Amino acid sequence: MTDDILSFEEAMEKYDPVLGFEVHVELNTATKMFDAAPNAFGDEANTNITPVSLGLPGVLPVVNGKAVESAIKLGLALGCDIAPVSHFARKNYFYPDTPKNFQTSQFDEPIAENGSIDIELEDGTVFTIDIERAHMEEDAGKLTHKGGAAGRIQGADFSLVDYNRSGVPLIEIVTRPIVGAGERSPELARAYVAAIREIVKNLGISDARMERGNVRCDANVSLMPKGTTEFGTRSETKNVNSLRSVERAVRYEIQRHAAVLDAGEKVVQETRHWHEDTRSTTSGRPKSDADDYRYFPEPDLVPVVTDAEWIERLRAELPEPPAERRRRLKADWGFSDEEFRDVVNAGAMDVIEETIAAGAPAAVARKWWMGEIARIAKEREVELTDTGATAQTVLELNKLIEAKKINDKIARQVLGFVIDGEGEPAEIVEKRGLAVVSDDGALTTAIDEALAAMPDVADKIRAGKVQAAGAIVGQVMKATRGQADAGRVRELILEKLGVEG
Amino acid sequence: MSAITSEQVAHLAMLAHIEMTEEELASMAAELDVIVDSVKSVSDAVSADIPATSHPIPLQNVFREDVVGETLTAEEALSGAPDAEDGKFKVPAILDED
Amino acid sequence: MNNMLTLTAAEIAEKLTAGELTSVEVTQAFIDRIIATDGEALDADNRAAGKNGVNAYLHLNAEEALAVAKSVDEDRAAGKELPALAGVPIAVKDLIVTKGQPTTAASRMLEGWMSPYDGTVTQKVREARMPMLGKTNLDEFAMGSTTEHSAFGVTRNPWSLDRTPGGSSGGTLAALAAFQAPLALGTDTGGSVRQPAAFTGTVGMKPTYGSISRYGVIAMASSLDQVGPCARTVLDTALLHEVIAGHDPKDSTSLQTPVGSFADAARAGAAEGGLQGLRVGVIKELSGEGFQPGVLARFNESLELLKSAGAEIVEVSLPSVKEAIGAYYLIMSSEVSSNLAKYDGVRFGLRKLPEEGNVTIERVMGASRAAGFGAEAKRRIILGTYALSAGYYDAYYGSAQKVRTLIQRDYAKAFEVADVLVSPTAPTTAYKLGEKTKGDPMAMYMGDIATVPTNLAGVPSISLPGGLADEDGLPVGIQFTAPAHEDERLYRAGAGLEALLTEKWGGPLHQQMPDLETLIRDFNFEGAK
Repeated sequence: MTDDILSFEEAMEKYDPVLGFEVHVELNTATKMFDAAPNAFGDEANTNITPVSLGLPGVLPVVNGKAVESAIKLGLALGCDIAPVSHFARKNYFYPDTPKNFQTSQFDEPIAENGSIDIELEDGTVFTIDIERAHMEEDAGKLTHKGGAAGRIQGADFSLVDYNRSGVPLIEIVTRPIVGAGERSPELARAYVAAIREIVKNLGISDARMERGNVRCDANVSLMPKGTTEFGTRSETKNVNSLRSVERAVRYEIQRHAAVLDAGEKVVQETRHWHEDTRSTTSGRPKSDADDYRYFPEPDLVPVVTDAEWIERLRAELPEPPAERRRRLKADWGFSDEEFRDVVNAGAMDVIEETIAAGAPAAVARKWWMGEIARIAKEREVELTDTGATAQTVLELNKLIEAKKINDKIARQVLGFVIDGEGEPAEIVEKRGLAVVSDDGALTTAIDEALAAMPDVADKIRAGKVQAAGAIVGQVMKATRGQADAGRVRELILEKLGVEG
Repeated sequence: MSAITSEQVAHLAMLAHIEMTEEELASMAAELDVIVDSVKSVSDAVSADIPATSHPIPLQNVFREDVVGETLTAEEALSGAPDAEDGKFKVPAILDED
Repeated sequence: MNNMLTLTAAEIAEKLTAGELTSVEVTQAFIDRIIATDGEALDADNRAAGKNGVNAYLHLNAEEALAVAKSVDEDRAAGKELPALAGVPIAVKDLIVTKGQPTTAASRMLEGWMSPYDGTVTQKVREARMPMLGKTNLDEFAMGSTTEHSAFGVTRNPWSLDRTPGGSSGGTLAALAAFQAPLALGTDTGGSVRQPAAFTGTVGMKPTYGSISRYGVIAMASSLDQVGPCARTVLDTALLHEVIAGHDPKDSTSLQTPVGSFADAARAGAAEGGLQGLRVGVIKELSGEGFQPGVLARFNESLELLKSAGAEIVEVSLPSVKEAIGAYYLIMSSEVSSNLAKYDGVRFGLRKLPEEGNVTIERVMGASRAAGFGAEAKRRIILGTYALSAGYYDAYYGSAQKVRTLIQRDYAKAFEVADVLVSPTAPTTAYKLGEKTKGDPMAMYMGDIATVPTNLAGVPSISLPGGLADEDGLPVGIQFTAPAHEDERLYRAGAGLEALLTEKWGGPLHQQMPDLETLIRDFNFEGAK
């Protein structure tokens, strides 16, 4: 069954969306949240487990100290208050991927509360998103559904459970309701999740690979008729696991809610599942009183108590926040707003920073990474840094150009050879004999031949039409197969014809 | 007249995932009523200013080093499994569909 | 009865060291005794004869126990250094996981389950080179005060086979009383070693919460559970306590404090003048109304003995204990409802398919849990689910946690004027089989009134035999309680009183015990009628 949807434009004319996000971040600790099993992806099923991660009778949890420090760092990076006393709690519900049939989580005393982050959209508009809390918990195992179509839970005859992921440390970041984003809502959703991903990656606390489920987003959407302030009933779209999907799912849910409200019906409070193939959501489970999680303080764990000394030590370890870093780099490099935004959107900021640090001028680094390298990356459908070009490549190419060993055109060819794995630029120039022809004797012969072939052009130059020299330069470049320094050729032509340049 | 109804117990049994017959629900409701009646005085015995004690001996910040320890083999993990396939625990269908 | 069986663990250890006995001889003697007196489920011939016995054991571990005994004897003969209790056999409550032996928690849910790992106390017992005789019976998942809630048959009280041994560690303490083991491990959540110790004339200790690792002890109520060393004498209990205590990084609630010198404290208490100046607080609320006259008579007799030995008797009050049973049942059942959720037929244990309708995992879980848990387990799971559910949490669980604070304050106040507190362990002597399992569930719960407050407060407490009640000739328990971390005081006071009583009786209490083999013969003859 497909739901009716309204066009996004019409939805925006009639309603104001309210958003909310729960983002789960898997930490990259060596071990799990509550036991010493490895936190590793992709291993043989049911091998990264101890009796604790399998929830065998008699086992007890012990908190991973590094995971707690990661959580505190993330809290600080999100501008949160770190709780002086924080407790773990049990969230009770039955599901076969949850070995104890409760999730060890945090309830009324999370490790971090009351933060906010600024989210910059592509055109530079900034939205401030308030963070309600960030708390520590554990991941569940992985279910594979069998016997149905395409591994879906619907129609499956049975399921298989692998508990390798069970107990992997998670931090759940919960926003306060986000009001006022209007038509920018889908874009903001994407930018928010991208920002969280960037922050946790920058902190080094998560691999932040969305395709592996390291960062997972549950998106809450509700609508208010224009001019009203009371929140509508929300839907919660679960596990939207790519940036593109987040944007699309929020957009879809806005359109779906609008159609429901337009038809005079009520939005059902429920979880929704996002399907990338059909670009739509389907109904999951309605909220019911079965969602009585009976939270209570985890008796097997003791409180986490923080003090200023500990928090300040961790704060001192924090890397520069991504947004601040961007501001600093933009100013340092002297790029225009547009230039810098292009760099960020192309994912070229890190590599350009590295290239500049290696000694290349900012404009040169940008020229190469945003120009020829970006072109090749696009052509080959790979990331910039996966092309095989490095900061060192750019630096060497630039040195060769500055030394007038090669010109720009040849440099682009050399880059191609570097990417094809032929070696370093200088080596390639040498091996392939691509160095600029700087022997004036050889050039003079070529110029003489060109002037003899085009006497009328030579006359024009002599008569003072200096710009006509271009035709002769072109002829000389052709004769030298591009290996001449065009500037030097021009000088020699003018010299020969006795004209001031 | 029992203050706790069979319907209430049915809801609790649903939360606790224990199938119960009508007779079990009824007798459990009656027993629960007696017990709750005897224990409910705890809420009158305390006031808002008394802190709750969740752990009898107060401890704090008990952490583990982030170092991998001994793990179970898949064979050990599955040794008690009622049903297994391909090194994984096998469970019946999750959704109730016709 | 073989003379070896009545030796204390301290005596067995001495004789092993002196070469007067071998561990194989001793271990074999206990195995023979178990087969002769336990009756059910252990020996094929006894079973075939339809013979009923104590039924203290769920699993006999004869082969492994004898192998350990043999290796200890060999090492001793080779002059190797051995731990103090090496070669002294021990029984283990079947709530503690043991690699290589089944662990059932006396539940259908875990019938046939073999743990792939050892609990910390199990490991410590192995390191101490003590042969494990087997796994002892209990109320299912330790929930009950009679051992009648075992899925594998009731345990009978060796003093009187138509009585319960108490519970939940009924099998553990009955095995000691029946001379089927010199030492045993129980667990105590609300009196589960102390009350059966009282009912069987043995010694049960509930240490300070966190002083013995709970890793590998199947959880009933995590904030209340504690492993309890048990024996027939206070000194033996102290010796075993030293073996199993100590910090464990696998248990977040495990204390860092060093292990006390429990055996030294017991020896000091039993020595001349050992009780001199000890301030003993008699708990007003737990020594009068509602207690059986024969229990109070023995209790008052102990007070007189303590006084005569130079102890100072003072009266103390724990006004909040009247709410202790309520708070205990709310907290315990809440934790139970969550701790027992893992038994769902997915990873281990019983799986049962629904008898009709679609086979979904939800329904398989529901059917498995319906079939796997007994009535008392279900009752507590449902009560705990209720106490934690939305709208009731504050009134029930929340209030119970506050009562806990009040009880702790009461104890703190009492310990300002007393070094140890004393009361009878239980209001009555052992219940008749069936007496507490029918009708009002509160009737059984109220029997725990004297023991549950210490679990709520986390403080240590010990029960030792105080003699026999005049009206029924059954054992009465005397309970001492000390402040947290002061377990040594209990060994001092307990061993002191034990020495006075033993002198008064002209020997240990078990000398007044009827001959078990005769009881079993008569009981089976009666039973056949």
